[in-house]
Amino acid sequence: MTDTVTGAGMPALFGARGYPAALEWMARRAETFVIPLAALIVGMALLSLFIALVGKSPVLLYETMWRGGFGSWFSIQNSLSRAAPLLLAALCVALPARLGLVVIGGEGAIVLGGVAAAAIGVALSGAPSFIVILAMGVAGMAAGGIWIGAVGALRHYRAVNETISSLLMAYIAIALMNQLVEGPLRDPASLNKPSTQPLADIYRIGNIPGMDVHWGLIVGVVACLLSWVLIEKTRWGFAARIAGGNVRAAQVQGLAVGPLIVGFTALAGGFAGLAGMLEVAAVQGSANASLAAGYGYTGILVAFLARHNPLAIVPVAILLGGIDASGGLIQRRMDLPDATVLVLQGMIFIVILFSETFYGRFKAFNPDLWTRPDLPRGAA
Amino acid sequence: MDATEIGLWGVPLAILGGAIRVSTPFIFVSLGEAITERSGRINLGLEGTLVFGAMTAYAIAVMTGSPWLGLVAAAGAGLCFGLFHGWICKFPKVNDIAIGIALMLFGSGLAFFFGKPFIKPKAPNLPAIPFGGWSDVPQVQAALDVNVLFLIGAVLSVVLWWAFRNTRAGLIVRVVGDSSDAARAMGLNPNTVRLLATGVGGALAGIGGAYLSLYYPGSWTERISSGQGLMAVALVIFARWNPLGCFAAALLFGGAGALGPALQSVGVTQGYYLFYAAPYILTLIIMIATSSPTRSLAGAPGELSITK
Repeated sequence: MTDTVTGAGMPALFGARGYPAALEWMARRAETFVIPLAALIVGMALLSLFIALVGKSPVLLYETMWRGGFGSWFSIQNSLSRAAPLLLAALCVALPARLGLVVIGGEGAIVLGGVAAAAIGVALSGAPSFIVILAMGVAGMAAGGIWIGAVGALRHYRAVNETISSLLMAYIAIALMNQLVEGPLRDPASLNKPSTQPLADIYRIGNIPGMDVHWGLIVGVVACLLSWVLIEKTRWGFAARIAGGNVRAAQVQGLAVGPLIVGFTALAGGFAGLAGMLEVAAVQGSANASLAAGYGYTGILVAFLARHNPLAIVPVAILLGGIDASGGLIQRRMDLPDATVLVLQGMIFIVILFSETFYGRFKAFNPDLWTRPDLPRGAA
Repeated sequence: MDATEIGLWGVPLAILGGAIRVSTPFIFVSLGEAITERSGRINLGLEGTLVFGAMTAYAIAVMTGSPWLGLVAAAGAGLCFGLFHGWICKFPKVNDIAIGIALMLFGSGLAFFFGKPFIKPKAPNLPAIPFGGWSDVPQVQAALDVNVLFLIGAVLSVVLWWAFRNTRAGLIVRVVGDSSDAARAMGLNPNTVRLLATGVGGALAGIGGAYLSLYYPGSWTERISSGQGLMAVALVIFARWNPLGCFAAALLFGGAGALGPALQSVGVTQGYYLFYAAPYILTLIIMIATSSPTRSLAGAPGELSITK
């Protein structure tokens, strides 16, 4: 589809319009960077306006946000810790999105993944730590995978809208967690905050050497890389992208759309479940109501901001982890409610979605529409 | 109040009373969403509108002392959210479902932002009409204490049902919802009709929010809504976009929501959280039962992305 003239075995230096091929290559790809970046800036500008209207200084806000998120080694570690579950929660949105599904109930998979991991961790206590941690990871992934995989199955085999069903299932998952944590799985010693029995220290996941950030960050980054390879470099990913573009075309081609949808949603849920397992094994030490901390919802924003590209999720999750981390400092230093961060996230989200309308509208990003300045229009 | 006096009769009575109390926000949000969806768009952001409406109503009622002014303000705020959704979705490639999710986040965030100072003060409540005065049993009186908004909602659902069939405006909304091309051929601008339909839908959702903060549960907290705005969207599908069906479905959901507290009042505490999840489970079961992969839903507006 490109107009690049390719000689036999020779890399093309110039495109059909006479511009350097590298320039055309860059222009085609620049769109996916420039538009989200511009949207991010517009979103921040809108928040500035909002903050100025309520009588605070936008400059101080962004300065505080920077300081709270990335200003010191301490705050960077805090941001990275928050980014870890966001990476996995965002994959729970991004993978189904490549198939054209909008799944927004990752919170449910996180919660159930955490509960399943905690239950297995307690049940297997006494076994070698390597086996227990592995079993916890598998249990978390299985619980989350079944939960979101069911959403995908309902979508394909019963045509149940996945957006609504996944969110309803998130509410059901939270109720299920409360029931389990207050009932059969409750540690009698947890009085004020019903929790499962605490994991023994040898079954906890520690920090990356030299940092105050747990291994979940590495797990999340690896999951993003694997997801990228899956989508871009394997035939399943290729099939998924076709099905996401046009389901009927995919079926005509003989692709098994059903297993593809169930597989992708189950994998997506599995990643979210893994996030829940990491919260239990690395942060909380037991499963309790803190598992529903909203990572599933921020993950939606991360995935949309990254345009469902697993590689782009990594920087976006770190950015939003930083914004999240600065919430406390904003509250203390500027006397603004902690919901300021939510308002900013909502604004960025709206602007990002709005920016979709600009794709393909700018000539600068489309070399096919370029004309040589030294030739009459249409002559090239 | 001790339910043991009237024994297990307390359970159906509490469910009836609960259905009337809990269903009112469902009625308003689902009627609003029915209007929006009939015009061919879906607004998932009503959840955020509901929360923002609840905050606005409470704040205005605290400041002015009048719950009615609070109600009007909530409707106005909801109108603004709806109009914003309607406006932004007219641009090509802007996805109405995704914008709804963003507005859900934004509306709640904005409500928490401005609502912080109003968590403590007490606002005057919307009045209720005691239909249970004939009975001496306190449970009966409590169950039949009906808020005026419930009655307005009941009347509104009948009016809307009639209006969709018999008025010019109702016909216009239905035409736009069924086929943009047909509407354009008739000289109608689909975007304008959808803008107004989403605006009205938002205003109704704002009123639903006002009911939450000004009557039941009757206070402003950050957890005032537990997904009612979202369940209402599912409820509209179940009700086949029929306002009378919305009213009936809302009562059903209200009853399901009241099941947990009703059982608790007679001493059944086992599985409390699972009963709490009853409305969500009910919604899901209904969605599974009424969807079909092979045929489109009866009565579904043709332009609706969710059923395509």
